[in-house]
Amino acid sequence: MRRQILALAATAAVVAAACGGGGATTAPSIAATAAATPAATAAASTPPSAAASASEAASAAPSYSTGEYGTIKPLKPAVDLSKVGGPGEGSLNIIIWAGYAESGKNDPVYDWVTAFEQETGCKVNTKVGNTSDEMVSLIRQGGGATYDGVSASGDATLRLIANGDVAAIDPSTIPGFGDIAPFLQNAPHYVVNGQHYGVPHGWGGNTLLYRSDIVTPAPTSWNVVFDPTASKPYQGKITDYDSPIYIADAALYLKAHNPELGITDPYELTQDQFNAAVALLTQQHPWVGKYWSLFSDEIDNFKSGTTVVGTTWPYQYNDLKYTEKSPVGQVVPTEGMTGWADTWMMSSHAAHPNCMLKWMAWMITPEVQTEVAEYFGEAPANPKACKYLDATYGDYGLKNFCQDYGVNDPNFYNSIAFWRTPLADCGDSRGQTCVDYSAWTQAWTTIKG
Amino acid sequence: MTSTPIQAPPQSLRRRLLARLYRHPRLQLLLLLAPPTGWFGAVYLGSLAILFVAAFWYLDPLTSAIKHDLTLRNFQTLVSNAVYRTITLRTVGIAALVTVLDALLAFPVAYYMARYARARTRTVMFILVMLPLWSSYLVRVYAWRVILGQGGPFEWTFAQIGIPDVVLYPSDLAIPIVFTYIWLPYMILPIYAGLERLPTSLLEASGDLGARPWMTFRRVVLPLVFPAVVAGSIFTFSLTLGDYITPGLVSNSQFIGNVIYDSQGVSGNVPFAAAYATVPVLIMALYLVVARRLGAFDAL
Repeated sequence: MRRQILALAATAAVVAAACGGGGATTAPSIAATAAATPAATAAASTPPSAAASASEAASAAPSYSTGEYGTIKPLKPAVDLSKVGGPGEGSLNIIIWAGYAESGKNDPVYDWVTAFEQETGCKVNTKVGNTSDEMVSLIRQGGGATYDGVSASGDATLRLIANGDVAAIDPSTIPGFGDIAPFLQNAPHYVVNGQHYGVPHGWGGNTLLYRSDIVTPAPTSWNVVFDPTASKPYQGKITDYDSPIYIADAALYLKAHNPELGITDPYELTQDQFNAAVALLTQQHPWVGKYWSLFSDEIDNFKSGTTVVGTTWPYQYNDLKYTEKSPVGQVVPTEGMTGWADTWMMSSHAAHPNCMLKWMAWMITPEVQTEVAEYFGEAPANPKACKYLDATYGDYGLKNFCQDYGVNDPNFYNSIAFWRTPLADCGDSRGQTCVDYSAWTQAWTTIKG
Repeated sequence: MTSTPIQAPPQSLRRRLLARLYRHPRLQLLLLLAPPTGWFGAVYLGSLAILFVAAFWYLDPLTSAIKHDLTLRNFQTLVSNAVYRTITLRTVGIAALVTVLDALLAFPVAYYMARYARARTRTVMFILVMLPLWSSYLVRVYAWRVILGQGGPFEWTFAQIGIPDVVLYPSDLAIPIVFTYIWLPYMILPIYAGLERLPTSLLEASGDLGARPWMTFRRVVLPLVFPAVVAGSIFTFSLTLGDYITPGLVSNSQFIGNVIYDSQGVSGNVPFAAAYATVPVLIMALYLVVARRLGAFDAL
């Protein structure tokens, strides 16, 4: 039994490492690879209209130039936190995706916690959540008073709002909120009935990864994983993300290819639309070589050729291409793609609400956004960070970061269907006719059989 | 030489306590057993009780908060959706297959160890049997992925004899193969213990009475050692039944454990996870009752 427990713990650790992708990838090395590979991110940031040429990125040599490694001190945000909320309560307990609150312990260059503590007197205590669902249950602990806030991904936010776990905030009290990318300022994954339940943190997309030596010509559409004919050569070697939220990827494909279903949003599916997406995935099931839930598994399987085409986070592509030197390509298919956008939310029973508000204001400053975006290799929510990012700020710096990550490219971010909790309420005139997340979970079990 | 009167030893508290314990063996037993049984009762049986109760709660679809009202809807889902039957049958079927394979593989090894091997060889074999347990479970499963996977030794071997493309990772076939390997020591050791207890005189008597080796094996050895095999099967069966790591790593198929894990971890649907978790509990209870009938507990 003990060995089982050990194995379990080990798995948990692996999962912990992997699940950064729910919100973002985790370790410095991850950000290092992500940031040091502009060709990779260029592919990811290519708007759908130009997707056909995006595959060129796969063969393009990395032509990055970096800043002076490690020579730049942490940036000092110019924000007066004393005016945000009331006086600080002396401490702040937050649930984070690993690496969302760096205090310079992993890399002295990346430290946005120490200065925050000095500025506000709020001592920051962090608890890493490994999955969106773990975060949901953590924030509910102690009647909601154990933790003050959470960096929630879009597949968790609406659940928290619907259950009253998180509090609405007044964005006008957060300095610099107006600098947030316009498409995020009123995004439906955290703004409900005109109320803002937090501040955006950063975002990225789930691209299509393929073995460029096997999958030829380079794919431009998700049909290489979903269409019976187009996927024919790769059947048995297709990979899917092993999570109920992947049903949205099938819905996104059907939205483009079966217009008669009338899918408007892959997270707001009526029973018929949902059934069609589930049927597509059920039909596809025998062709799937291996579902992946750990990013390391996907890397192994692409390296060995066990799987050759399927959805990915940009991190796996970067690692395969630049660390493993595997022949892989990455593309944003013409149908668009799903993605994540993370939001800092405050518990409605927070014991230290002022410290949490100050933290939100701190996290969206261009300076902190710069450090976060570089450390992860994800797009910052505040495009003003580009001033530093494009000047290759730190150890993981990368020239033209914001262009490569599509930060200011409306075509790119409009092509992303950001993760959102599917609810029974469709959010439009269809009313309470949509399929909720618990049904998504059970359907996922059924699909895998 | 002066004689000193014998003095009664001072009655220290410790002495008095020990004396009382000595006079009351029941108290001794109580003190000895209270901590472990208390722990067992509160933590283990308590958790089980909560598990059974939680199985009747349900998850509010909108907020994914747990509602503490009693309902049968989790069990209705389990019964009405064919996929859960498939998964249960798959889990039980593979657990049974692994048990049979392990028994077939373990018996000759244990027999050699118990009846033929010299003391020195036996020690070496013991170490070899136990050796895999020194390494991490995950390492061994990942090793099998390499062995069975694309470009691995398994594929290579078959390619040498002219059968190409024998790639068993990822596939359902990989599940019993990996499990059979991983749980084998748990079958070898009980069978060895059973065989060692078998008096040589019985085998000689059987031979003297004219039985050929096969007859002796079938009529004497097997009936006497069978409880030990059943004892070993409790390990291989229950360990396979409860596992979810190996199926997830080597195949696309789900075990009961995978569904429980996903219900709990992915969707936060603890009540449904609890409801499904009662299924393996019932299966094991049934298994243990049968195993007891077969005398497995006398052989442990």
